[in-house]
Amino acid sequence: MKAVEARDISLSFGETPALRGASVLVEPGEIVAIMGPSGSGKTTLLHCLAGILVPDKGEIHYDGRRIDTLSETRRSVLRRDEFGFVFQFGQLVPELTAEENVALPLLLRGLKRAAALKEARPWFERLGLGGLERRRSGELSGGQAQRVALARGLVARPGALFADEPTGALDSLTGEQVMDLLVSSAREQGTTVVLVTHEARVAAYADRQVIVRDGKVNALVHS
Amino acid sequence: MTLLGLLEREPSHGYDLKRDYDAFFSRGKPLPFGQVYSTLSRLARDGKIVIGEVEPGEGPERKRYVITEQGATEVESWLTEPVAAEPNLQTVLFTKVVLALMLGRPAEDYLDRQRAAHLVRMKELTDIKRSGTLVDAMLADHGLFHLEADLHWIDTTAARLDALAKAVRK
Repeated sequence: MKAVEARDISLSFGETPALRGASVLVEPGEIVAIMGPSGSGKTTLLHCLAGILVPDKGEIHYDGRRIDTLSETRRSVLRRDEFGFVFQFGQLVPELTAEENVALPLLLRGLKRAAALKEARPWFERLGLGGLERRRSGELSGGQAQRVALARGLVARPGALFADEPTGALDSLTGEQVMDLLVSSAREQGTTVVLVTHEARVAAYADRQVIVRDGKVNALVHS
Repeated sequence: MTLLGLLEREPSHGYDLKRDYDAFFSRGKPLPFGQVYSTLSRLARDGKIVIGEVEPGEGPERKRYVITEQGATEVESWLTEPVAAEPNLQTVLFTKVVLALMLGRPAEDYLDRQRAAHLVRMKELTDIKRSGTLVDAMLADHGLFHLEADLHWIDTTAARLDALAKAVRK
């Protein structure tokens, strides 16, 4: 189980500040939801934590290592080997079958095709997708595609999973099924999860919620 | 009305009614026997139920209660009528925000605390939903959607506090 942390990070896009001294610590194995209004900086914070963006100021740590000072290549390797991702619109590769999509992170890590597919297949039963292994993304419903994306995010047993509005394109019941599977699968593997959502019902699946407002993280104040 | 509705399924003893009520509706607050029998007496007095065959033995639990035509009609019309679409918010939450603004107190802090309390409750309900039965999930969902609506109101209000303060201060 790995911790993910942002320490006092700031980042501007041109003249526009997106983050202004944001700090958050996600404990190993914890599931944290980042909430906040549109434009508050929550996705930028997620991208910084995941090593996609580098902050102008402040530090990003993963599993006790500082990662914002790594070269682009090293960060890219870190993302490939340690992180899983789930986006709002599954973003499956349309030319590949569902099982090839799930196997993709393993193939990128150098696993042989047969071995990668063997690892990928059990996820279909596990996420209620049995029989859909050979379909392409265009032949899946939104909920099915998002479950395939979830399997792809978790198949390589990442230390941390980053999910950006993973239920944003789904109706509420389907979205909750995806969240239920996300939480139980991550819990089973001990994966740390950072989840961005603007929906409180989705955030309620997390262990803890933080709110980003004006580029800063507000921990929730309990009375 | 719930007991009357349960009787529309089939004639029952007071004990069975209490057991079914507790299983589906009580949510941790079992219905006292006294209340079951006082309600049944009132329903019988008003002609909505009658006491059917009394089985051999002592004690009120031996009586079997049967719904009447009048009782069944009442259940039917109660089920058909929508519950008053009353906004839950227009009570304490609303009053607190307006008063805080009138008094120049930090309404935003209050809204932040309220948001936190709502999210904690939503987490509890989500845990119940994930671990409980489908009936538990249905009840938890009802609470969750209402809390979510409150949160939308809290967020919108928080975004408009400056304008609201001007509107309520004289």
